[in-house]
Formats: sequence, structure tokens, C-alpha cells
Amino acid sequence: MSHTEAPQGTRRDFIYYATAGAGAVVTGAAVWPLVNQMNPTADVQALASIRVDVAGVQPGTQITVLWQGKPVFIRARTEEEIAAAREVPLDQLVDAQANNANLGAEAPATDENRTLAAFEGSEVPEGTWLVQMGVCTHLGCVPLGDSGDFGGWFCPCHGSHYDTAGRIRRGPAPRNLPIPVASFVDAATIQLG
Amino acid sequence: MSGVLHDDYVPKTRGEKWVERRLPIISLLYGTLMIRTPRNLNWMWIWGIVLMFALIGQIATGVVLAMHYTPHVDMAFASVEHIMRDVNGGHMLRYFHANGASLMFVAVYFHIFRNLYYGSYKTPREVTYIIGILMFVLMMGIAFMGYVLPWGQMSFHGTSVITGLFGAIPFVGESIQTWLLGASAVGQPALNRFFSLHFLLPFVLLGLTMVHVWAFHTTGNNNPTGVEVRRSSVEEAKADTVPFWPYFILKDFYALAIVLAVFFAIVGFMPNYLGHPDNYVPANPLATPSHIVPEWYFLPFYAILRAFTGDVWVVMFADWISFGIIDAKFFGVLAMFGAIIVMALAPWLDTSLVRSGRYRPMFKWWYWLLAVDFIVLMWVGAQPAEGIYPYIALIGATYWFAYFLVILPLLGVIEKPVAPPVSIAADFAAHYDPQTGGTKQFAGSPAE
Repeated sequence: MSHTEAPQGTRRDFIYYATAGAGAVVTGAAVWPLVNQMNPTADVQALASIRVDVAGVQPGTQITVLWQGKPVFIRARTEEEIAAAREVPLDQLVDAQANNANLGAEAPATDENRTLAAFEGSEVPEGTWLVQMGVCTHLGCVPLGDSGDFGGWFCPCHGSHYDTAGRIRRGPAPRNLPIPVASFVDAATIQLG
Repeated sequence: MSGVLHDDYVPKTRGEKWVERRLPIISLLYGTLMIRTPRNLNWMWIWGIVLMFALIGQIATGVVLAMHYTPHVDMAFASVEHIMRDVNGGHMLRYFHANGASLMFVAVYFHIFRNLYYGSYKTPREVTYIIGILMFVLMMGIAFMGYVLPWGQMSFHGTSVITGLFGAIPFVGESIQTWLLGASAVGQPALNRFFSLHFLLPFVLLGLTMVHVWAFHTTGNNNPTGVEVRRSSVEEAKADTVPFWPYFILKDFYALAIVLAVFFAIVGFMPNYLGHPDNYVPANPLATPSHIVPEWYFLPFYAILRAFTGDVWVVMFADWISFGIIDAKFFGVLAMFGAIIVMALAPWLDTSLVRSGRYRPMFKWWYWLLAVDFIVLMWVGAQPAEGIYPYIALIGATYWFAYFLVILPLLGVIEKPVAPPVSIAADFAAHYDPQTGGTKQFAGSPAE
């Protein structure tokens, strides 16, 4: 468009831009529902929190439950396991952060910061309950319990060793096993999420 | 199809004239089939036809398999066994489909490496090449989603690992992973949508195939000399080419018959050779197979993914310079996708004006080293990530990047190529008897 037709050209240009703008908005409005439908559905989100009966979990044993499609290890630790985890100096840890969703991101990976407090008035020793995701932080395999060089968990996929507090000690995994949001709602029931 | 000389179609019968005036489809097909093709194409130019045949075979078997398959976490594994045991000929259809994926990757890797040797990616065929790379990436996506559908142990935990790659992206990774899976972990939403996409995307691939063929019918095929077909006169163009039908179609079908003989031997006698026994165990989210390995055709890129661990200095440097945003896990993901991106940039990274590797004495060595490197990466990708293997993977991955980013640009400057022939016809005449065009003749005249 030449400069001599500037007034008309400006109006025509405006119509072009307005049409293109409206077209972009309409396209976006049409595409967004098609994208958004892939996000978690209402029934998937409704399962975001579950309650687990742990009355039958004796010291030295663990159960594995499925929560949000992932395994969660719930272990009642023996006094030896607690003692073994507590005497580890923090500077020997690969990952110095607790990786506990119930605490801040900077919480140090002490055994106290890894364990779940028992229900008030419960008689089990302090530090008995360890609740953690059963997903190796390397490539997502499920580690095996009661094994590995540190008496905790061992991932058979690429050889990551976790100690009795679920902290990574050796192998390719970069982080301690994550601890999900969890709490006791009564003496024998844990709520996850 | 414009660009390359071909005999024009002239409708003769009344019926042909009637159709042609309304929809010129006969002339389109005629032009496509009769296209003048460089007469010196060698046996490495057959893989395109193999790919097209395999894609149509995959779509045909896939559509009928979908009639018996159920995309539900509780029923998927059983429905695949139902196909294997109850559906008439179902085991054969499924074995054809599962091994057909391997056939496609064998063909596509030969196709790509033929391209890299003869410089087919160079101007003016960049668009053909880029579309081809897009098709390759799409093929990998389709194959991955198809592998998820039987819902065995490898399907399930392989999906966790692969979608975990997206989770490694800083800041938004976890949201993207959740969006892809429709949940925080692999489950029903993922299986259902992968089935939908596994059905859809092969048709997109078919559409891209048409565009791919259209593009190289516009520029004309490359050929082993890398010398363009002469277009200054009809006589010269005809001296350099022969029509696609019947010459190359029959040659391609002959090659296809041989490839399919091998393929059906595998489908018939060793259908599970390329698979993993673990995938005949139903998916169990609570237990992981001890050794997770992708299918063979992903292994070179899987090796590159795993090669860059936290103790490699480039990874540490990237981690430091990005203030920890690019950690080892994300670096591996970048390297894996980067390996394909540098390959896609080959038309602009290769500075040599000589197209075919045949006339490039230094290039040849580096090229064959790349081919060996690809095999080594494939082998090391299947090994456990311990002992000497990570070092081999790291060397292999480094060479892959060095070839495209350093060697290809430098060779064009420092290499002194051999002079290519002036034309395809001249090259042909130098190698074959001009009377027979290379066809072997009996010593005496057969009529005597």
C-alpha cells in the first residue's frame, strides 16, 4: 500500500489486525479445552487422599500401599533400625535435605525430620514410623525392602542403596526417598495426602 | 508433480477425457509413476518403498487388532492374550504388527544413513530431509505408545521412565508430566489416551509420507554420484534418467520381496526374539523388573540419555553456569533430543560443496566411524549402567555430537574432494557397456 492512500490503508490495516487478533483469540479459546481435557479428571483428583489402617504393622515389618498410582512404603522400624539411622553423621549423606513434604524444603535430613510422629498418647518408641514414596529417585523403579548395604532399601535397577531412614547412601540416585504429606488421624490410621 | 521432466499424460478414451476434465487424478498418478528417476540409483534407494509398505501393513494390522483390544488397565493385558489365543489368526496379526515396528526402524535407519553418506540432505532437498526427520520423531512416538498398550511390566515401567524425562524439565516439568499422564502416575488415563493417539498418529505419518514424496519429486531424487540430472535439454535429461515405472518399481519390489522373506522368517519362527519376556508379565505398579531396557530401536538414544551423569565435567559446568537449573537428569534429556536436532541441522552444518561421500576421501572415514558409533551406542544402551559401560556410552555420545557440530563444518574447509563425474550418463558410460546398459549378456547371440 502506497503512502498516498494512507487514510484508507490505515483503516484496511486496522481491519486486518482486528480480524487476525479475533482469529487468534477464537483459535486459542477453541484449542484450550482440547488441551485442558488431558489434565487429571475430577475422579482422579478425588483419590488424592486416602486412609490406611496400620494396626497390623509390627516393628520390623512394612506394608506397601498404592497412593495416586505410586507405591508408598509404611514401615514400623525396630529400635536397632532407629538407632542405626540416628548415629549417621549428616556430612556422610549424599542428599542433605529431608525431602519431606510435611516440612520446609531446607529441612536437614536428620532421622527426626524423616519420620512420622505417632498419634498422641501412643506407646511406640519415638521414630518408629517411616512413611515414604517407594519410587527410586533415579529412574522411578520400586526399591526392595530389608536389603542393601545400609540395611534399608535397595533398588535393583541401577544399584541405589538407601539406609533405614530411606536416605540415599550409594548409587546413581540423587535424592532421598520423598516423604509424602501424611499424618495419624487416630492411633492406628494414617492419612496420606 | 512439477520440476522433473516426465512424459505428459494425454487422455485417449472418452472415459479418461471425462474424468480428466473434472478431476485430473489420472495425470497426477501418471506423472508420479512415470517420473524420470536417475538411472544409477543403487540398492540403498529401496528403503523408502520398504517403509511405505511397512507403514501400510502396520495400519492394516493395527486397525484389525484395535477391533479386539480393550484399553483398560484391568483388561488390556487379557485382551492381548485374547488376541493371541482366541481371535482367528490373531497371534499372527499381532506378531506381524509387533515385528513390523522393528522392520520400520531397520528400514528408517538404513534410509537415514544412506542419506547421510550420499549427502541427500544438501540443497535443494532440505525440506524433504526435515520432513523426514519429523516423520522419524513421530515414528518413535507412535512406537513408544504402541509398546505401552499390552500393559505388561515393561510397558508400565518403561512409560514411567520415559514420561519421567519430561518431569526432568526445570520448573514446569512436573506439570507437563501430570498433563501427559492425566494423573500423577501411569494408569488408566495414560493407557486410554496412548491408545487414542497410537491409532491416530500413523495416519498423520501417512500424510507426511505424501508430503515427503511430493518434496523429492519436485527436486528429483539424489543419486550415488550426487550430480544433478541435467535439465538443459530433453535428450540430456533422458540420458541421465529412466522412468520410475517399470524400471525402479520392479527393482524395488524385488528388494521388498527379499526383505519380506527375512521379515516373515522372523515373524514366523522367532516372533519374540526382539521383545522382552518381562512384558508377558502383567503390569504391577508395586514391583519393577530388575533391568529396564527399551526396545532395540531406541537404544542408541537411550545410551546418550544415560551417558551424561553428574560426574562428567560438561554436566557439572552446565549445572554451575545455570545456577543448578540444568542438573544431570535434565542434561541427559537435552542430550537425547539434541542428538536428533543436530542431525536435523546437517544441511546447514555440512559445508562441503560436493554432495556424495563417494568423492570425499576424508569424509568417508568419519562417516563410517559414525555408523560404527551408532551400533556401539545401540549395544551399550542395552548394558547395565555400571563398570566400563558408562564410559563407552560417553565416548559414543560425544562422537555423535562431534560429527555433526565439528567434523561436518570443518571437513568442507580442509578436505580436497575428488572431482565428481560431469553427469550421471558419463558416470554410467565409464562403468558399463553403453550398448547393454550394464545387463549381462551371453557370449554369443542367443538366436543362433
